[in-house]
Amino acid sequence: MHIKVLGPGCRNCVNLERVTREAVDALGIEAEIEKVTDYPAIAGYGVMSTPGLVVDGEVVLYGRVPTAAQVREILEPRVAG
Amino acid sequence: MTAPSTSAVTSSTARLVAALVAAAAVWVGLFALNEIAWDVALGDWLGLDLSHRVVDAVHFFLYDVGKILLLLVGMIFVIGLLRTTLRPERVRAFLEGKPLWLSLGMAALLGAVTPFCSCSSIPLFIGFVAAGVPLGVTFAFLVASPLVNEVAVVMLADMFGWQLTGAYVGAGLGIAVVVGAVFSRLHLERWVEDFVFAAPVASLGADGHRPTLAERVAAAREETRDIVGRVWRWVLVGVAVGAGVHGWVPTEFFATHAGPGNPFAVVVATLVGIPLYSNAAGVIPVAEALWAKGMATGTVTAFMMGTVALSIPEAVLLRRVLKPPLLALFFGTVAVAIMAVGLVVNLVL
Repeated sequence: MHIKVLGPGCRNCVNLERVTREAVDALGIEAEIEKVTDYPAIAGYGVMSTPGLVVDGEVVLYGRVPTAAQVREILEPRVAG
Repeated sequence: MTAPSTSAVTSSTARLVAALVAAAAVWVGLFALNEIAWDVALGDWLGLDLSHRVVDAVHFFLYDVGKILLLLVGMIFVIGLLRTTLRPERVRAFLEGKPLWLSLGMAALLGAVTPFCSCSSIPLFIGFVAAGVPLGVTFAFLVASPLVNEVAVVMLADMFGWQLTGAYVGAGLGIAVVVGAVFSRLHLERWVEDFVFAAPVASLGADGHRPTLAERVAAAREETRDIVGRVWRWVLVGVAVGAGVHGWVPTEFFATHAGPGNPFAVVVATLVGIPLYSNAAGVIPVAEALWAKGMATGTVTAFMMGTVALSIPEAVLLRRVLKPPLLALFFGTVAVAIMAVGLVVNLVL
């Protein structure tokens, strides 16, 4: 699984990365987490309210920081069987 | 199978409604008890003399901070329930391909009601402009957003009354539309950093899902926590500075130096306000104190608007997407518009 955390480096983006790592660890899945801080790249996903979360090329969440449990719910069905 | 799950949904909705009603009752109770509670705490428990100047200032501070935070929590939560689906991503879809005058007006209105944190202004700018939203319309949104929002409206209404709040909102939206219209006339695209137009564009489609009450409540709670978490420090500082002005600046001081008869004061107030970095929550209590000491209404308005609409951090952020001439033109135009509002208000009132 390839996860991208979109955000220029504000507090919310750091928080999103943290909860995403927690969720990945809790699920015990293999995932590569990448931070995207470049503005044009962020805008390229259509995200205008940061932070945003992209899983395997698809924007699954933006404009808020979820809880680790919420990220787990988002990731779980996407774990390739 | 359907029957039990439907009744489970109904009972959880009923529980949620009951919780909302209970929360509303607690809120009303706290609001009603706010002043008495501080009388009792300071006067009876601590045994202080409430008529003493310092004690009075502390009492005013605690009471005012309590009241403002309660108002903000209540209002932001209610607004959050209503605007769950309003996000900049959807605003852009509204604005694309509309006639200019309509999109300018809509951009100003949507800028006022869309939740938006200044840390998102650059992705927003790129997202709008790269998608073909005209520069003028984008600027109208960026001007209206910090100037007119629920925090400003709640605090203005509390401290200045509804009449001035209405005038402020009208003037703020007016400035956004005028700045947007002026910028649409000039061809300024060459002063936008080139990478903005080269940025890839994607749109996040709305999936047509209507949020349930539980989702609305969750979103409103999150938004309340986020916004109040961001502004509470500003409220503390703003009310403290305001209390200081109330207690220690001589009465009529500003009436003498910055009364309605002094047009120069509007210019100075705007120029003093611009480099100050604060949001509406921090500046409005200070503005109220200046007003109480006799500063003219238009001059106070110009000071508030200059402080919230423009700031040095904002300039640093926008410099990443705007070349210096356009950045200067943007600040200059907004500053002149704010001064004009201040002068007109002073003439009319």
